[in-house]
Amino acid sequence: MPRGYAGKFLDVDLSSGNVKDTTFSDEILRNYVGGRGLAAKILWDRLGSRWQEIDPLGPENIFLAMTGPLTALYPGARVCATGKSPQCNGIIGSTTSGEFPSELKCAGYDGVIVTGKAENPVYILVTDDQAEIKDAKHVWGKEALETIRILTKEVRETLENKHRKSGKWKEPGLIYCGPAGESKVRTAAVMQKVSHAAGYGGYGAVMGSKNLKAIVAKGRKPLPDVASPGAVKLLWREVDRRYSQRDRTWPSIWGTGYGGYEVGARSSSEPVRNWQDEWHDEKSFGGPKFDFKYWTKRYWSDFNCAGSCMKLAVIRTGPHKGAFTDNPDYELEAYLGPNLGIFDPGECIYMSALIDYLGFSGINGPNTLAFAAELYQRGILTKEDLGFELKWGDVEAFEALARKIVRREGIGDVLAEGTYRAALKISQMKGVDVTKYAVHVKGVEIGAHGTRSGQDFRPVGYACSPQCGDHTSAVYDAYRDMRMVFLDSAVVCSFVDSDLLWDYYRAVTGWDTTEEEWNRTLGHRIIHIQRAAVLIGGPDITWDPAVYDDVPPRYYEPLPSGPYKDKTTDRQAFEEMKKQYYIAIGWDERGIPKSEVLRKLGLEDVDRALDKLRR
Amino acid sequence: MVRVFMLVPGVEIPHLCAQCHDYPCVSSCPFNALSVNNATGAVAVDKEKCTSCGICIDACPGNIPFLHPGTKKIVICDLCGGDPQCAKVCQEAKFNALWVIRTWRGNVSKKIFAQTPEELTKDVATNLYGEKAEELI
Repeated sequence: MPRGYAGKFLDVDLSSGNVKDTTFSDEILRNYVGGRGLAAKILWDRLGSRWQEIDPLGPENIFLAMTGPLTALYPGARVCATGKSPQCNGIIGSTTSGEFPSELKCAGYDGVIVTGKAENPVYILVTDDQAEIKDAKHVWGKEALETIRILTKEVRETLENKHRKSGKWKEPGLIYCGPAGESKVRTAAVMQKVSHAAGYGGYGAVMGSKNLKAIVAKGRKPLPDVASPGAVKLLWREVDRRYSQRDRTWPSIWGTGYGGYEVGARSSSEPVRNWQDEWHDEKSFGGPKFDFKYWTKRYWSDFNCAGSCMKLAVIRTGPHKGAFTDNPDYELEAYLGPNLGIFDPGECIYMSALIDYLGFSGINGPNTLAFAAELYQRGILTKEDLGFELKWGDVEAFEALARKIVRREGIGDVLAEGTYRAALKISQMKGVDVTKYAVHVKGVEIGAHGTRSGQDFRPVGYACSPQCGDHTSAVYDAYRDMRMVFLDSAVVCSFVDSDLLWDYYRAVTGWDTTEEEWNRTLGHRIIHIQRAAVLIGGPDITWDPAVYDDVPPRYYEPLPSGPYKDKTTDRQAFEEMKKQYYIAIGWDERGIPKSEVLRKLGLEDVDRALDKLRR
Repeated sequence: MVRVFMLVPGVEIPHLCAQCHDYPCVSSCPFNALSVNNATGAVAVDKEKCTSCGICIDACPGNIPFLHPGTKKIVICDLCGGDPQCAKVCQEAKFNALWVIRTWRGNVSKKIFAQTPEELTKDVATNLYGEKAEELI
């Protein structure tokens, strides 16, 4: 067994209740590492031959919670939640930080692979080298704080009773889905702690569709051995030392929350009122307004991270008193602030807390809320459809709509399908085309970085990414962007990325993988599998790359205000870059991975599956 | 130049130049007494030209400049020539309330730190005392 890995994966079949251990060969682990990469391989091996027929929300789909060899051995431990995505019908590696991944590795498992569907709500409890499926009826329907409280108490009591006189047990790590996931809302996230979400991909809904409320892990074993302990010790200190130099640690001082003003005012690429604008100069929405009044804790981080980019924000007065969330980070600040027409930090924090408690993805969920609000603004959705007025900036109305979506009541049932699917349905209902107001790439609502001003993200980054609208995996040249694939596969945080990463990886695993090899070969395999999955898609929607390898139509409308007024995404430059990217990554002019490229990489089965698309 | 306000007991507010990217004070001065030091980005005051009119105080979003009680000339932080001594002593004493941040010029977020002591007191007092803060302000 290679070093850095706990050594085995947990394979749970919820339909039959079978729990067994699985291992993968050293060769597969070396090639696919873990996290996003290994999950893509597992998904493709098990479901690839009939990918199109697999319903992401059906019992046949697989839900994976994966760690990687660097997880918990490198600062910034994360867990990668994945499966067939109910948003894009492809594979999205979505990561979230917290203590679950380190607990899981200490319990002796590198990942949990969940198949089938339980009859009643259950949760999976993973302890030292064993796992059991436990009843979760009492936590079903509960929001974040209660879920955490009940499960933490219950698991600690169980373990303390089982191991008498072993002293107090620390809290377990858990990932769970909120009420949104339970109702299979396609914008639901896999949650960890109170507000850490694996948002993109809609894997909260996959958990919900399997009646799986949570996976709880508590391990007492040491972290896995590494190949060169001396080297890892030195590297660890050096990575931390470099990170801790104050001038370089903007996340630890400010989190990413200061972007709420910076991105809106300077680079003019922040969503405002469902992306109708991308500029605002509302100073009340700047960092200090969150910081001085609401942050009660400045430095907070997950296990073994020097980053401490989490900030605890608590509302101390007024009608929303007591609500708390961490940060909120830039994406939530943008999507639950200006994008809903909210420019009050307190209201934004309240909405962030609400979205977290309900288990929505903080990017995807609010994107749908803003989409509905724009339809209301345009008179397409009316008070009769919604049951109330949905004006920009009205916190109560947005809260009511979010809760309606979770209960799948009336229009909520339509909006629960995510922005694009809702747009299709509403177009049918109302007889007007509303898909042009849906801001998404291949069903995945886009991150809060626009392309129109040209100062932030590039359109090709979204259009050609196999992670679709995911802003953390935007592509550029099929070489440097493989680093994101690696970070998601070794499953560490991109904020503590360091130029020592590859030395670190070799010192942990003992392998001789170089960055060059990864960027030219290994990373490409993962991208091609993900690309094939998203192109084949199904069963409800497939994405023709000729149409959908593009940014949303809204990004071609000129910006109405700000320093980059009238600027828009340059279609010609974008088409040119897209062509270049296709060549660099080895896709044909229609965007389908080339046969010879796939065969050279040893992906014959992917090649065969794509044959019918080529015709 | 740091002044510490304590308008509410227990709520100390350090009040200092936020280094705005667009220098509203400099452009407001009708006598060209203010200029930008190219090396440090700090605002330099020409004491000969300053007429103590106070226009820059109103132009500053946080009303941060003030007239020196002795010379009656305007006082604006010059960053001690690029090595701010206030941050140095604060770090030496391990209070860590002030530290030097080196970010690229044109960072627009700096400007929103320029707030009046009253505004800042309100936020910090709410954070510390919750609803009780309203009675204190």
